[in-house]
Amino acid sequence: MNLFDIPFLVDNFLALCRGIPLTLQLTVLSVSSGAVLAMLLAGLRLSGNRVLDGLARGYIFVFRGTPLLVQLYIIYYGLSQFPELRRSFAWPFLREPYWCASLALCLNTAAYSAEIIRGGVIAVPLGQIEAAKAYGMGRLTLLRRIIAPQALRLMLPAYSNELILVVKSTALASTITMMEVTGIAAKLISASYRPVEIFICAGAIYLLLNFSITRLLRFFEHRLSRDQRPHVVATGEQA
Amino acid sequence: MKLTLILSAVALAASLQSAHAADKIRIATEGAYAPWNFSGPNGTLEGFEIDLANDLCKRMNRECEIVAQNWDGIIPSLTAGKYDAIMAGMSITPKREEVIAFSTPYAAAINSFAVLDDSDLAGLPMAGKPLSVDSEAAGPVLEEIAKLVGGKTVGVQGSTTASSFMEQYFKDAADVREYKTTEEHDFDLVSGRLDAVVANATVLAAAMEKEDMAGTKLAGPLFSGKVFGMIGIGLRKEDTALKADFDAAITAARADGTVKTLSEKWFKLDVSPQD
Repeated sequence: MNLFDIPFLVDNFLALCRGIPLTLQLTVLSVSSGAVLAMLLAGLRLSGNRVLDGLARGYIFVFRGTPLLVQLYIIYYGLSQFPELRRSFAWPFLREPYWCASLALCLNTAAYSAEIIRGGVIAVPLGQIEAAKAYGMGRLTLLRRIIAPQALRLMLPAYSNELILVVKSTALASTITMMEVTGIAAKLISASYRPVEIFICAGAIYLLLNFSITRLLRFFEHRLSRDQRPHVVATGEQA
Repeated sequence: MKLTLILSAVALAASLQSAHAADKIRIATEGAYAPWNFSGPNGTLEGFEIDLANDLCKRMNRECEIVAQNWDGIIPSLTAGKYDAIMAGMSITPKREEVIAFSTPYAAAINSFAVLDDSDLAGLPMAGKPLSVDSEAAGPVLEEIAKLVGGKTVGVQGSTTASSFMEQYFKDAADVREYKTTEEHDFDLVSGRLDAVVANATVLAAAMEKEDMAGTKLAGPLFSGKVFGMIGIGLRKEDTALKADFDAAITAARADGTVKTLSEKWFKLDVSPQD
């Protein structure tokens, strides 16, 4: 085995790059739809209604407590076993591995993100909410002006973790025939029997993707925490 | 002091164990390729290759241990030394021979399409007839099949001769999807996600006896040829003595009809290599 076979590494790296669009599509699709579902779930958790809270709790319990691979297999291989489903309106979607993978990733990330959102919201000091109410703010204004800006900042570090996990989880889509980065890696390995080099290339691609995502999120974190940083006032006296 | 004593005792025991294990031949199989090799109802490995492996080991007077290993990593793990031999319905192909050595073949590989009974592809030409894809007669038949599978979705197990076959002959015609195991593409054939699958005919025939595969059948010719190769035991290139032992044992098992008997027991047909 020669790890410094540069032409081989370059060829395979470029071949693997062809999987990046699919990896990103799966990530973006599941993260965006998962975020909407997560907000809904967090809303239910915070609603104060025991039934709604219980429903959301149950959902989160199931999707956080079972492996994503199992969820993916249940959605892809499990659901297709029912002839009723194969005749239903959902089949044109569930027939495609692409939608099954997106759905599994979405449902899974929603469970984690809901708890992150809830954590961010309850971390906003109660005194501020009381003060805002005393000012006569309505619920929406309260949410927009007081809760959302602070909750967003508080949850961003945890949420960036979740985004990274989703990018890596898209690799599981290769188990249901999707040719994203890991799927292409498996195919290239079967052609060359050189798993070390090819998995290193695939790993490097995930590193690059996640590096860009963490940079982007750090930028947002920085923007959102402007008021938390000490003001640098150039007085010119002490220098 | 006491601790060092215990640790050295453990180390000694461990080294004895590994020395003992080195005497054994460790044979890897996939365990998901019935009737060649599969996990039986009580979890033990069974199948044509398990019986044959035990017979060969007896002939070589060696103790053998058969382990299950994912098809995906089965060759890299052999070269990495996780086990000493592969008996997993693996065809001898030039590409694999660049990386590992093979024993003399113990079976021939015959592949076929499988489709749903009511599929457009149910009427593929030369149904059930043997066809060597290297023969001159194969050209027009393959062309006709390429037309029929045009735009269809066909499942194969990844890193197999079936996937090379699809790649080589129908790459531009059909949309080929790769699965980890043949069981998985069988599920998707039945559910209607796939229009056809290509796999070893004996494996497909065995799968069709199960209730879940009702309503499916083999279609088109029984393919053989260079792309499918013959099936042999995969070995590390440097293990020449082990290869010589296996070669002698396989030659003997073929000569006295053991391979034929086991083949008929598991496949209901004789797949022993004809040469």
